[in-house]
Amino acid sequence: MRSLPTSSTRPPHRALALAALLCLLFALLSILLGPVSIPPGQLLAILAGGPQNTPASRIVWYARLPRTAACLLAGAALATAGAILQNVLANPMASPGIIGVNAGAGLAVTLCCVCTGTGWVVSGAAFLGAAGAAALIVLLAHKTGASRMTVVLSGVAVNSLLNSASEALGILFREAGADSADFRVGGFSAVSIPRLLPAGAAILLGLGLALSLANEIELLSMGEASAQGLGLPVRRTRALLLGLAALLAGASVSFCGLLGFVGLLVPHIARHFIRAGSAWLLPMSALCGAALVTLCDLAARLLFAPYELPAGILLSFLGGPFFILLLLKQRGGRTYG
Amino acid sequence: MVELREVWAGYGAETVLKGISAALMPGRVTCIAGPNGCGKTTLLQAVTGLCRLQGGEVLVDGLPSSRLSTRQLAQRVAYLPQGRALPDLTVYRMVLHGRFAYLGYPRRYRPEDHAAARAALGWAGCAELADRPLAALSGGQRQQVYIAMALAQNAQTILMDEPTTYLDVRARFGVMELARRLAGQGRAVALVLHDLELALRYADWMLLLQNGALAAAGAPREICKSGRLGEVFGVAVHEAATPHGSQYYFTPPAQNGGRPL
Repeated sequence: MRSLPTSSTRPPHRALALAALLCLLFALLSILLGPVSIPPGQLLAILAGGPQNTPASRIVWYARLPRTAACLLAGAALATAGAILQNVLANPMASPGIIGVNAGAGLAVTLCCVCTGTGWVVSGAAFLGAAGAAALIVLLAHKTGASRMTVVLSGVAVNSLLNSASEALGILFREAGADSADFRVGGFSAVSIPRLLPAGAAILLGLGLALSLANEIELLSMGEASAQGLGLPVRRTRALLLGLAALLAGASVSFCGLLGFVGLLVPHIARHFIRAGSAWLLPMSALCGAALVTLCDLAARLLFAPYELPAGILLSFLGGPFFILLLLKQRGGRTYG
Repeated sequence: MVELREVWAGYGAETVLKGISAALMPGRVTCIAGPNGCGKTTLLQAVTGLCRLQGGEVLVDGLPSSRLSTRQLAQRVAYLPQGRALPDLTVYRMVLHGRFAYLGYPRRYRPEDHAAARAALGWAGCAELADRPLAALSGGQRQQVYIAMALAQNAQTILMDEPTTYLDVRARFGVMELARRLAGQGRAVALVLHDLELALRYADWMLLLQNGALAAAGAPREICKSGRLGEVFGVAVHEAATPHGSQYYFTPPAQNGGRPL
């Protein structure tokens, strides 16, 4: 038999390696740089020595490491959630920030803050809020005909409804802290270990499951009838994937607030490096998301030091122009269906 | 083999198929024909579980389809729907996904799946397309790829919904030749066709539907000769002797230029 070209079936090693390398680099910089810079040589000693009662050790162990981990986790989770939603809803505009999944989680977190819930309660509530919003949108789309536009439109409506509810609660109960800019636009200055731990565990679980379902996502992108004909239980799989997207988005909202654009922007960046097929789109999205969020948080800390911007603002600054570029490029021939 | 017994089926409260009994036999190319909206697609979807059975039963290799899981059904029946999304996939990934029904969790394609995908691509004559994105192919090439995917699925019954629509004349012949070769392997092949000339040339058997009921079943030329084909479509059917054997053509009912059947 004729030998076949198989480059498309090989993992895009170079792109993945580059993204992983950028992740590492930004993570390292994020640990080293800040109001008090840590020399690289000292970092190794601090990490090797475990938490000590010196200022540098306290900064690394209790501020920089949790914050960097939070950036990596939130970036990976939101980008993966976006890639899942875009594929499952067959819509390049779908993302947890736009169709209300983040807003659902945000409302739940705000409610928790008002009721002084902590740790696992906040993470659990964020997931339930995100899943509730996702279920509501899918139900609405189903009832109204489920066209691609309907999904986004019903999502936008749900999004604004949930966001205004959150804002009202935040203003009425200021002590809950949910009206802070950091929460509304998303940021990492208030990351705390008790909130990060349960959410991080949920994100790692969600990422592992999502990455194991890459073939299912590809089958769904072939259309419902084709996927079912190939042996995929379509409805169950779609529900599972939407649940996973809600878990990932909800968990990140629980500690970094309503970080916009990552879920929308990063899958499109990843797609530029991963040609044809989504088997490697999810890992690439996760890596790009982690790198981008870590970089933005670093820049947000350093650009106007000693003042600090919420990372979400910088992300939106980048996200806006990128989105416009995407629209222009789409008009130039590339079709998203 | 797939057998429909008194099948009533439709979508929601609507009934489309009204008591159809028919068999899709191994080694045979069965053409499903009939005017628009008569239930051809619904018939295929009743077999694949994409529409609800309201009565009767569908037997797949002797087992009621309702007792088979989606996966088990896909190992027995491959289905190529008509309106298809254009996924962002390479040809090779597409064909490889034909093996999905054979995977356990986690979904990793095994060496034998890759071998089956490569063999199917070679068989369908599209091995050189393996690395191309599906979106970059012509309609005829895409159809070849979908057929290769169905072959990789290794189901004994293959259902295709209008596989020749939008194809140029040569690509249509190409698709029908592939269908014949699949039947030659002992598979049951059923196609919804609007092109009656293709059906008469290539199919062994025809299921002629009208308003959701079976109007005729038999060899296509016999149905044509009986006058049922013309009646159901409301056209005149003519036979003409040509150097390539007798050929059929169709005219609007008012014209009677040829020998009416």
